[in-house]
Amino acid sequence: MIVRVVLPAHLRTLARVDGEVKLDVEGPLTQCAVLDTLEADYPMLRGTIRDQVTRQRRAFVRFFACQEDLSHEPPDGPLPDAVASGAEPFLIVGAMAGG
Amino acid sequence: MSKVRVLVGTRKGAFVLTSDGTRKQWDVSGPHFGGWELYHLKGSPADPNRLYASQSSSWFGQVIQRSNDGGQTWETVGNKFAYEGAVGTHLWYDGTPRPWEFARVWHLEPSLTDPDTVYAGIQDAALFRSSDGGQTWQELTGLRTHKSAPLWQPGAGGMCLHTILLDPSRPGRIFIAISAAGVFRSDDAGQTWQPMNRGLRSEQIPDPTAEVGHCVHRIAMHRSRPNVLFMQKHWDVMRSDDAGESWREVSGNLPTDFGFPIDVHAHEPETIYVVPIKSDSEHYLPEGKLRVYRSRTGGNEWEALTKGLPQRDCYVNVLRDAMAVDTLDPCGVYFGTTGGQVYVSADAGDSWAPIVRDLPSVVSVEVQTLP
Repeated sequence: MIVRVVLPAHLRTLARVDGEVKLDVEGPLTQCAVLDTLEADYPMLRGTIRDQVTRQRRAFVRFFACQEDLSHEPPDGPLPDAVASGAEPFLIVGAMAGG
Repeated sequence: MSKVRVLVGTRKGAFVLTSDGTRKQWDVSGPHFGGWELYHLKGSPADPNRLYASQSSSWFGQVIQRSNDGGQTWETVGNKFAYEGAVGTHLWYDGTPRPWEFARVWHLEPSLTDPDTVYAGIQDAALFRSSDGGQTWQELTGLRTHKSAPLWQPGAGGMCLHTILLDPSRPGRIFIAISAAGVFRSDDAGQTWQPMNRGLRSEQIPDPTAEVGHCVHRIAMHRSRPNVLFMQKHWDVMRSDDAGESWREVSGNLPTDFGFPIDVHAHEPETIYVVPIKSDSEHYLPEGKLRVYRSRTGGNEWEALTKGLPQRDCYVNVLRDAMAVDTLDPCGVYFGTTGGQVYVSADAGDSWAPIVRDLPSVVSVEVQTLP
């Protein structure tokens, strides 16, 4: 399935992309599946969203979709159908912290 | 005619400053990696077009950038700094044990001979090496697993490995410095390490002459005489004439011996530079005057260098990696401030001029002398 992902500006620069990223995600649609595909397609993003060793989400990164904060949902839990259908993007957001 | 290229790391990006050998007219390129902290950038002595940069942010972590064309274009390389084996603990600020945790790369030190080999000093303190141009990194575990490591404690900026000196006359000899553990030396390319802190005295720790625990801010050597080391400790400017085996104080007539950077003239091994800072609790210049101090006697006798530097109402700091020298004749000296100025002296410190005045807070300054 094709999933739309919106990256924060600094990561768009790092990945050298404009606008949304479209990922061809295989298998059940989970946060983990989206991030695995994103990091495979854009290896320069490894370690910038989640720790490379622990695979934990970085503290100042948030995941949003369908007007919901999914940051604390299980990484292997299902994402909303609207993300799976491409109707809504999966948003990776830099937390509003610091300056 | 020779050229110089100054690599400036700031809190909000990197800048590349270039000039011909006169060092009077400058081109400014940047910000590169705008919005990110650039703790350090450094070029390979073996291939000056090969640059490495440490890019990090609180949000998105650590990125390593590499350039093969002197900083015109960059590519991301490996950023996985995974401690090898059992992580163990060091002491936290409150004296309790705390597991080692990677925070950022403070310093990148390219090999003297191989552009693809580069060392990284990280927080929490450990030394990594890449031999494939930064694509992959391997920890030199002998340092972090040294028997004294459980007693290491962070300085105010974190427990960082901030200085890496490679001995040009003795392959395999490496000096490193950690805040606040001190100096360590390896004679076997980083496999085993010995503390090199005899002679240091730090009143801020329970045993002022302990083997480890000293907040060393920076060490420097002249490549023609690598057994002579100079140190800016938290307080005290120190000197070793035996490759770190023992140190003696050479603060002499400095107005204050607290500070961060120390560097050595490119052609005069006994000429050294420091920037005294008022105190460890104030972190700004004494008397509102920006003064570099130079000793032509390897310490003890110091002269203030003020020509061209602000002498009133100046309260910036100069951080540990923010001073460098070129190898032209006369030797050029460079430093950057937390107020965003980068100054150059094209006459070994006698007079100074700003290259730029309004960059983000400067963290690091390195210079390359190019044909």
